[in-house]
Amino acid sequence: MIEAVRLRKHYGRTKAVDDLSFTVRPGRVTGFLGPNGAGKSTTMRMILGLDTPTGGDVKIDGKHYTEFKEPLRKVGALLDAKWVHPNRSARAHLKWLAVSNKIPASRVAEVLEIVGLSEVAHKNAGGFSLGMSQRLGIAGALLGDPEVLLFDEPVNGLDPEGIVWIRQFMHRLAGEGRTVFVSSHLLSEMAQTAQDLIVIGKGQLISQTTTEQFISDATKDHVRVRSPHAVKLREILAADATITEDAVDGALVVHGIPAEQIGEIAAEHQIVLHELSPQRGSLEEAFMQLTKESVEYHAH
Amino acid sequence: MTLLAVERIKLFSTRSPYWCSALALVLGVGLTAIIAASTDDGQLSIGVTQFGSSQLALSVVLVMAALAVTTEYRFSTIRATFLAVPNRTSALVAKTVVVAFIAGVLGEIIAFGSWGVAKLLSPASDLAINTGGEWRHVAGIGLLYGIGAVLAIAVGILVRQTAGAVAILLVWNMLLEGLIGIIPKVGTKIQAWLPFQNANNFLALPAGSDPGEGMAAGIDFKLSQWGSLAYFAGIAVALLVVALIVAKRRDA
Repeated sequence: MIEAVRLRKHYGRTKAVDDLSFTVRPGRVTGFLGPNGAGKSTTMRMILGLDTPTGGDVKIDGKHYTEFKEPLRKVGALLDAKWVHPNRSARAHLKWLAVSNKIPASRVAEVLEIVGLSEVAHKNAGGFSLGMSQRLGIAGALLGDPEVLLFDEPVNGLDPEGIVWIRQFMHRLAGEGRTVFVSSHLLSEMAQTAQDLIVIGKGQLISQTTTEQFISDATKDHVRVRSPHAVKLREILAADATITEDAVDGALVVHGIPAEQIGEIAAEHQIVLHELSPQRGSLEEAFMQLTKESVEYHAH
Repeated sequence: MTLLAVERIKLFSTRSPYWCSALALVLGVGLTAIIAASTDDGQLSIGVTQFGSSQLALSVVLVMAALAVTTEYRFSTIRATFLAVPNRTSALVAKTVVVAFIAGVLGEIIAFGSWGVAKLLSPASDLAINTGGEWRHVAGIGLLYGIGAVLAIAVGILVRQTAGAVAILLVWNMLLEGLIGIIPKVGTKIQAWLPFQNANNFLALPAGSDPGEGMAAGIDFKLSQWGSLAYFAGIAVALLVVALIVAKRRDA
């Protein structure tokens, strides 16, 4: 279990992580979701004791990461697949990690087998493709057979086959009762991987819920309505619905009243309609809506 | 012991220590060989045999030691290290011990290698190591390299990038301390308290016994020769302590 309480990390005036509290439960894959620059990596570095929080606290099973005597046996992490010396072989890389935490040398061959790198174990890590590097990083995370696993954007740059492999792999780890915490900036990816979601934007918590709940909240149906009497229609509908305006063509976007009923109301008040189209909310759209306020760099 | 084994595996599973050691050996022994070959037989002295080891090869060893830590920052393996060993001080001290030890051994090999080459190429010269001063002049190279390595690692930890650390170490060792001597009146007084000048003072052969040895000329050292070595070591350790404190407080 990972517990963050009012975690903060400020760089001068920039608040990379701001008053963030969340809990990651064992036996489930928990997705850590947010746009790029939301503070996901910074949070993970603080969990692992690499960065010191400006304020607040984060603990793993009640202890700071730095308090574990052989931390790799408790927590496995893949923060960046490129944290390997390019002229060092995959096996040598895992070997020094194993020795540092008194992990038996036989385990090195085991994890290489698990991630499918046995054949290239003697080759220098610098020549690995991104997918192979990710696998080596995962091998390093698994080395100490840890209860808690952290992965930062593990599917970045992977081919579809690798993505499926990682997804199934994380499910298996969680199925074994481990705590699996995985970050991503893609909701569609997380929707298929994570059972729980912690969503952040600009360093602040946006929501912590199950993925199922998040999706059903996020993809509520809505209706697009265009009318020359939009203002009047809006006034009438506003009593029973939340209404926003499409930024592109000024159409009304109505949540909470089905299309049929809107048509009947319009007929009743003799309002002409140019468009009345039920829409199914997309997950990606909902996510963008949710984090729109907190995206750091907008495209214009 | 575990951490020493870790650092040993890390160091020897990359190529740069092998290349640097080979380069130091070639430069150190090679320079002596050239000097010996171009000096009339019988005219060579012990002081001359260690020019290569105490000046040229020392620089390469400083670079090797700095690289041992700056490459960790360059490839972010320092983060992997701190994840495996959250006690940063122990991890970095273990690295320092391993690198300093290797530098020391390398120093002895280069020093006696240079001496051997000189003896081989100039058999008529009196190169016998008799006095304590002569032993210190040759065998002391290993101590010099070991302490130099500590200093270089400290600079590497503080600067974190190869180019910066190497530039600082080379300019400091090869230029800065020598140039300070040019300052009128106070120059040589300052030099008496500079670390690499004291390192040279430690190696210096007794005055008059060896005209070939003129490296510490004109500086009035306030310390004995072993005192100079202790001073050099003290500065290296002090710098390392500062570096360890900074590394502990800094975000990795």
